[in-house]
Amino acid sequence: MAQLFHRSSNTLSKVSIFAVLFLIAGALAFLYAYHNSDYMTYVDVPREQPVQFTHEHHVAGLGIDCRYCHTSVEKSSFAGIPPTETCMSCHSQIWTNAAILAPIRESFRTGIPVKWTRVHDLPDYVFFNHSIHVAKGIGCESCHGRVDKMPLMWKANTLYMQWCLSCHRDPAKNIRPRDQIVTMGYKPSEDQAVLGPKLVNEYHVNVKQLTNCSICHR
Amino acid sequence: MQNDNQTSNRKALDNPSFTEHLANKTGRQYWRGLEEIAETTEFREMVDREFPEGASEWLDPVGRRNFLKLMGASLALAGIGACAKQPEEKIIPYVKQPEEFVPGKPSFFATAMPLRGYATGLLVESHLGRPTKVEGNPDHPASLGATDAITQASILGLYDPDRSQTVLSRSRIASWDSFKTAIAAEVGAWKAAQGTGLHFLTETINSPTLADQMRQLMATYPNAVWHQYEPAGRDCVRDGAKMAFGQYVETTYRFDKAEVIFSIDADFLLTMPGSVRYSRDFSAMRRTSGEMKGMNRLYALESSPSVTGAVADHRAALAPAAVEQAAWAVGAALGVPGVSAQGSSPAVDALGKAWIPSLVKDLQAHRGRCVVVAGDEQSPAVHALAHAMNAALGNVGTTVVYTDPVEANPTNQAASLAALMQQIDSGKVDTLVVLGGNPAFTAPADLKFAERYQKVRLRIHAGEYNDETAYLSHWHLPLSHYLESWSDARAMDGTVSIVQPLIAPLWDSKPLHEVVSILNGTPSATAYDIVRAYWQGAKSAPAPASAAAPAPGDSTAAHAAPVAVSAGPVASIAVNGDFERGWHQALYRGMVAGSALPPKSPTLNGGWATAAAAMLAATPAAADAFDILFRVDPMLLDGRFANIGWLQEVPKPLTKLVWDNALLVSPATAKQRGWKTEDVVEVGYKNLTVKVPVWEMPGHADGCGTLYLGHGRTRSGRVGNDVGVNVYAIRTSDAPWRAAAATASKTSDCYRLVTTQTHYSMEGRDIVRYGTLAEFMANEKFMEERHHEPEIVSLYKEHTYKGHAWGMAIDLTACTACNACVVACQSENNIPVVGKEQVNNGRAMHWIRIDRYYEGDAAAPAQHFQPLTCMHCEKAPCETVCPVGATVHGEEGLNEMVYNRCIGTRYCSNNCPYKVRRFNYLLFTDLDTPTYKMMRNPDVTVRSRGVMEKCTYCVQRINSARIEAKKEGRMIRDGEVVTACAQVCPTEAITFGNINDKESRVAKAKKSPLNYALLADLGTAPRTTYLTKLRNPNPELEKGA
Repeated sequence: MAQLFHRSSNTLSKVSIFAVLFLIAGALAFLYAYHNSDYMTYVDVPREQPVQFTHEHHVAGLGIDCRYCHTSVEKSSFAGIPPTETCMSCHSQIWTNAAILAPIRESFRTGIPVKWTRVHDLPDYVFFNHSIHVAKGIGCESCHGRVDKMPLMWKANTLYMQWCLSCHRDPAKNIRPRDQIVTMGYKPSEDQAVLGPKLVNEYHVNVKQLTNCSICHR
Repeated sequence: MQNDNQTSNRKALDNPSFTEHLANKTGRQYWRGLEEIAETTEFREMVDREFPEGASEWLDPVGRRNFLKLMGASLALAGIGACAKQPEEKIIPYVKQPEEFVPGKPSFFATAMPLRGYATGLLVESHLGRPTKVEGNPDHPASLGATDAITQASILGLYDPDRSQTVLSRSRIASWDSFKTAIAAEVGAWKAAQGTGLHFLTETINSPTLADQMRQLMATYPNAVWHQYEPAGRDCVRDGAKMAFGQYVETTYRFDKAEVIFSIDADFLLTMPGSVRYSRDFSAMRRTSGEMKGMNRLYALESSPSVTGAVADHRAALAPAAVEQAAWAVGAALGVPGVSAQGSSPAVDALGKAWIPSLVKDLQAHRGRCVVVAGDEQSPAVHALAHAMNAALGNVGTTVVYTDPVEANPTNQAASLAALMQQIDSGKVDTLVVLGGNPAFTAPADLKFAERYQKVRLRIHAGEYNDETAYLSHWHLPLSHYLESWSDARAMDGTVSIVQPLIAPLWDSKPLHEVVSILNGTPSATAYDIVRAYWQGAKSAPAPASAAAPAPGDSTAAHAAPVAVSAGPVASIAVNGDFERGWHQALYRGMVAGSALPPKSPTLNGGWATAAAAMLAATPAAADAFDILFRVDPMLLDGRFANIGWLQEVPKPLTKLVWDNALLVSPATAKQRGWKTEDVVEVGYKNLTVKVPVWEMPGHADGCGTLYLGHGRTRSGRVGNDVGVNVYAIRTSDAPWRAAAATASKTSDCYRLVTTQTHYSMEGRDIVRYGTLAEFMANEKFMEERHHEPEIVSLYKEHTYKGHAWGMAIDLTACTACNACVVACQSENNIPVVGKEQVNNGRAMHWIRIDRYYEGDAAAPAQHFQPLTCMHCEKAPCETVCPVGATVHGEEGLNEMVYNRCIGTRYCSNNCPYKVRRFNYLLFTDLDTPTYKMMRNPDVTVRSRGVMEKCTYCVQRINSARIEAKKEGRMIRDGEVVTACAQVCPTEAITFGNINDKESRVAKAKKSPLNYALLADLGTAPRTTYLTKLRNPNPELEKGA
């Protein structure tokens, strides 16, 4: 009886076993890459807004403090998005007829708020609090990146849990003196490896507790 | 389908075996339901299972095959689902942000909830303008920081999508403008006729502003008649006061000064108005933790078991007639002038041997420090007797405080409603305006309200729901919820609170003030202006509230409410003559300073005893009569809360029934009549009948049965319709609380009642501990000696807690099973409602359950309550078995539950010895109804299907306190973190705090020799511990027993 399969099918079967393994590995690698891609995370993707507000101009150009608009960042979980009135505190005096500001004037006139697109959005089972991070010496820049170089706002980091944990496990590498919180392009005055642990100690950061689940998930 | 099978499979309880079974046991025997002592196979099965029967089975109409198909599909789609991008969200800031507003932080506003003529002061939590949680106002005399379950659930009432949303004209959608136009013509006609033919029907009014508006209304229409009706009203209380003193008075009790309490069927710890304050005062005299001041002693006579009876040191269950006789026997023995024993029965004679003499001796030994309380449902004669007993015992002015009535216009409301019916019959009623209330459902059956109402030419109804009465009306006007309206209200001691809205009306509703204003011909006034204008007139000295000004129309309406409302505000709100300052202070503090009514000391009428005896003789007790007692449902009251799922699903304190009412009878009566639990019987009274399932209720008096009002609504909304049986159908105007000599016969039907009383049983282990005060006084450590704790050897490594270590102590002496904690937890932690079917399957989601244990004889068992939450074990069995680390141990000793990690294996629940974990078998949370989204606590994750959940010790509150403390660089102070259950508890039974801080209240409580851990021998080291229940029985009676 002749052989049912040609000899080459041995090779084929061996190759296909490996091929399946590679295929699975490839699929996983693809998923991983996809999951971490900018497409998925929106990192470095400028988001469309109803008004082309530029942080670059307001922060770097004019030197306005973050807290002028994000008023509750030191008090509350939510940093706060400025009400139309805050925009109008300057723009009723300057650039009063600029076309780009039409939606702001419209909002102020009609009383209908501007609907901004959320750039930094955590899942609903994560409870982030701005005020405690600011109080413990985590600067705006550490999470939001160089806002002073963003004409339109984008995410500088994935905000994935592993990214959060990288700091919650070792906050010393990001902690800075409280008076430097809003500084953009902050350079530590001494070696961060020395300064970091010192500040962690000084600010009573309970590092062990930072990785408790209930710190963020409730 | 499935449920029907279960019904038929369920075997009846074998009655005779209870007593035999108990007789064969020695020592203390605790049991949770009659099933348990009868040891039915169902009960055994329930105990043997990890979850209650049906909890872990797929019993829903979708078949197994379909289920597998769906699962296959969802598995395939799950991978794709994970690839979904995060949906885009918007941030919508203010245009002009209010000053001092911090987004992300809740604000609290003081307001008050009026209910049945009494207000409770509240602080309501608001997130971004949405009220989310109700708390008690610690400064308010009726609250002292606590609330009851009903007040907690009012937040769900606000967001109830079934609330009336629009004006209806002949059941068609209309508008306020069309109503105003239509009514303008009528107003002209009413004015021309001086209001002849115009009748108003209100509930009990205790809003001073509304009362003033009614007065103005009656002035505009001098011949109009104002009727009042409250289905669970206090006519007996009013008439009793009138009988005793010849005038209406408000009676409030000071339980914080009473060492001996004699309750004549008074449920002052739960259903009586003022119960929150009364519970606090009562438990303050029973504190075993902290500084112990001794302990009060409560004697209770009652027919139908109540929580007050359950916590009593001496309770006697008597048929209603015997309760009256026993009360008279006590009165006679006390030597109250003019009182002699009335009638006798074997039961009262038996009490007369020891019970009554001991009680009398105790009362006499505590003159001025005791109190006699008569229940709202007792006849006026009993109330008069109670007044006389308090007078004879020198309690007036100390433990019993009389003031002018808090309600605006006290009258006999049953007579007031009957007069209205009579005038409809004689054709005198042209227009009837129902301002609040739902008389078509709640009016006495013999008055045939619905039928008579339809004879009226113009029928206008204002109410929160498009209910039974709205359906029969020409116009239905939606009323705003109290959290949406400006108003004012008085607490039981007269303290005035301004009711301020937390949110603009969700729908097109208006407060009652505006409706009355429209009827008075001023359609554009807002409630805010009306309330302010009323109080602005208050700059002058307070006018006496009781100055009666009979309405001119009085002669045509002999029984209608005469208008006894004086002109001018009841109190001055201004501070140093400055109204604005006073107004803001009243809003900020939640009450008007100094507005409590001054105490008065009315003198007893000489002839009260004769009148009372005559009244007593008018209702003779037949020897073998079967009496029906009507009681308000402990959670739904008169039925107005029927559409609030939280209140339907919370197990009733004693029966543990959910989503139903039943005829409660004693096991002996059931046996005598050949009934079994879940048999349907037909109860008849005066040619009216209703079919209702039987529930055998240990501790119920023999020869009578109890029916809870408030069920069987037909137009309450999607939640409350057709839940339970409407027993108003046999409630007549002559017998509002007690239908003497009713008939009851068994039908061939059977009805499935759902109870949680045997869920999660812990089988005869050493769970509930109690002792007596005498034992404790003799030897503080008697409990430790009685229950020897084994030494625990553990294989697990010990945790050390450097900073905070959270713990809880629950005082079993204080707990009255009022359910406030259960509903507060539900509100705080976004816990869903699952429905009767799912509770039956053992899938109720409450994070707290209050176990009710019976002890001893099924005819007169002792009752013990034990609230159970997650124990936050230091060596938690659940943590070691979770394959995905979804439940883990925190730095501060919390047993943390991570929803987003949970994959639903339920191993943790299997391994939990306390059975406190709850699993979302289905998507119980309503994610679609827009108003519910507004209601939820934004600080707590909303759980989806397939996730385990349990008590978190309100970790969101701990975190928020920790963040504040850390920002200020300090430890969290004692009392800074209060869990929702501890905050709401009227009796302060729950203490929470940092056990590492030796000075904290919880650490001190845990140091008490009464402290014990549940199932300590398992070595779980629970963080929640209990304080042994102490009773304070009279040594004389205890010896005999």
